[in-house]
Amino acid sequence: MTEMSASATQIQRPDLSGKRLKRRYAAEARFRLYGLIAVFAALGTLVLLLFSIISNGYTAFAQHHIALEVTFDEAEIDPTGERDPQVLRRANYQGIARSSLRNAFPEVTERRERRALTALMSGSADQTLRELVMANPDVIGTTQRVWVKASDELDSFMKGHISRDVPESDRRIKDRDIVWIDQLIAAGNIESQFNTTFFTAGDSREPEQAGIWGATVGSFLMLFVTLVLSFPIGVLSAIYLEEFAPKNRWTDLIEVNINNLAAVPSIVFGLLGLAVFLNFFGLPRSAPLVGGMVLALMTLPTIIIAARAALKAVPPSIREAALGVGASKLQAVTHHVLPLAMPGILTGTILGAAQALGETAPLLMIGMVAFIVDIPGGFTDSATALPVQIYLWADSPERAFVEKTSAAIMVLLAFLVVMNAVAVLLRKRFERRW
Amino acid sequence: MAMAAENLMVQNPETSDHKMIARDVSVYYGEAQALKNVDLDIGRNEVTSLIGPSGCGKSTFLRCLNRMNDVIDGCRVVGDITLDGHDIYDTKLDVVQLRARVGMVFQKPNPFPKSIYDNIAYGPRIHGLGEAKSDTDEIVERSLTRAGLWKEVKDRLDKPGTGLSGGQQQRLCIARAIAVNPEVILMDEPCSALDPIATAKIEELIDELRQNFTIVIVTHSMQQAARVSQKTAFFHLGDLVECGDTQQLFTNPNDERTQGYITGRFG
Repeated sequence: MTEMSASATQIQRPDLSGKRLKRRYAAEARFRLYGLIAVFAALGTLVLLLFSIISNGYTAFAQHHIALEVTFDEAEIDPTGERDPQVLRRANYQGIARSSLRNAFPEVTERRERRALTALMSGSADQTLRELVMANPDVIGTTQRVWVKASDELDSFMKGHISRDVPESDRRIKDRDIVWIDQLIAAGNIESQFNTTFFTAGDSREPEQAGIWGATVGSFLMLFVTLVLSFPIGVLSAIYLEEFAPKNRWTDLIEVNINNLAAVPSIVFGLLGLAVFLNFFGLPRSAPLVGGMVLALMTLPTIIIAARAALKAVPPSIREAALGVGASKLQAVTHHVLPLAMPGILTGTILGAAQALGETAPLLMIGMVAFIVDIPGGFTDSATALPVQIYLWADSPERAFVEKTSAAIMVLLAFLVVMNAVAVLLRKRFERRW
Repeated sequence: MAMAAENLMVQNPETSDHKMIARDVSVYYGEAQALKNVDLDIGRNEVTSLIGPSGCGKSTFLRCLNRMNDVIDGCRVVGDITLDGHDIYDTKLDVVQLRARVGMVFQKPNPFPKSIYDNIAYGPRIHGLGEAKSDTDEIVERSLTRAGLWKEVKDRLDKPGTGLSGGQQQRLCIARAIAVNPEVILMDEPCSALDPIATAKIEELIDELRQNFTIVIVTHSMQQAARVSQKTAFFHLGDLVECGDTQQLFTNPNDERTQGYITGRFG
């Protein structure tokens, strides 16, 4: 009591001097500046990253082609004249393509030179001709102007990735090749066309024949398995833990472990997949099925945590309201709580799926780093995935794979951006206020 | 427990004046005892109000009556509570059926974030009342009319219930509670979030509902208790201090603490 009266006699008023005010303003201005610097640093790195990827990769969407005057000689393609598809398919299109190109350069006669000349053309030129003939046998006996793919080296040269100024010994395109290329350009026989192969083909050792479609299909088969496994399991665990499980030491232990699982390095899940799915259960190697199962293990904690947060965000008054009119606990959850939590759960799931789509490390362990040319047709076919494809191409020595790598990154990023946009839309669309 | 239950059934419970009877009810949250040996009779077709300062256990007691305390972790209820002579804490009793018979209106209006129609129709639907659409329509209209809300919302039944004003939302919640035709309605400070005009409407409504329902209401407003209820129970620090006719309790309380509370000396 005495203390109180003592302090009452000498009340300390707040210090309102200008000096303090100035210091406070300065601190706030400084803090805002730091914030801006941080934001711009982050944005700057992002722009730099996107710029380097796009500037490296946009050229991969175009591919140079060479025009050939091809004479489809009936005697060579279909000697019997019966137009039997079996016979048509087996004809020597390689030879036809090569001689067509040689005919354009009659002055080239020496064997080595002739080989160098035909090397300007992609190894897939024969396929182009075969498809043409198979689709329309009427071309036999005529002479057609046909665009075939150029080799990756010619393509890189035309795109400026190989410079004329470099000493001849240091470049893959030699001086005599440049002379031929200039002749082809002068005759209007080289043209840049949209690279459909990149979006329709599987992997290949030849850059001009390599495509992203095989990896895309592999990735989406895997993602399908991942979602089919992790979404129901994750959501059911979250509902049980959040709504039904008693709060005791066991559920605490489970919760801690789920949170820990979310932080486990993904390669560990790969090792687990190798040990359990491949070695113990004997599932096929390199299959989207196993890849999806491993990624499902990895995505599960993410989905459980997101779903629990979404369920927790539903106000308890909704549960009470439902219980108050005589709904059972399960009815309260399925009729009211779950629908309200669904947008949050879906957002978490999509973010988990996006993470799984970009994951490489666990796939290395289960043999998905493989050179696979065929487009996977099912869950047990050998397949690779987009990030793994990027990894493989980044490792390839050919110059043309540099742009392919960047282009594949662009495709992967596009999928990720789309998935994140869907997550944001869901959140905005179904956001509720109570 | 069986003995006590038998003692309670000397009269025919279906016609007894007392709809619900609580004997020796104590509630523990973990170690802390929130309610101490409460004996209280809830009169049939009467409004019983529970008053007392914050934390006195009146809401806790209310939530015992339809076992809403079951959902709270660490909450333990001992003693006997009967509804028409049947022990509601009997392990054989289905709690969902109990809550269909003893409905509840909460402190904060909590309509489902669904249409007004679905808010009302939800209860009847899960209890199998009104299988046909026309039956449900009728229940919705009847419930909203009884809650005095029909005129205001009949043109926007498909609009979300959360879009109504606070007072309308609370009447919607009352309509939702009476849609399942409960025998008892528990109200936990139903007007604490409302302005005086909305409060007046709800009080009027409570008085009308008394014809068909037994009502137990928790309130902080002594004027409200005096206006709407026939019986009043005063709780203090977990004890039921005094219980009697509202008139008598407010004019001539027996206990000193009641006297102190209603005259505003504490609370």
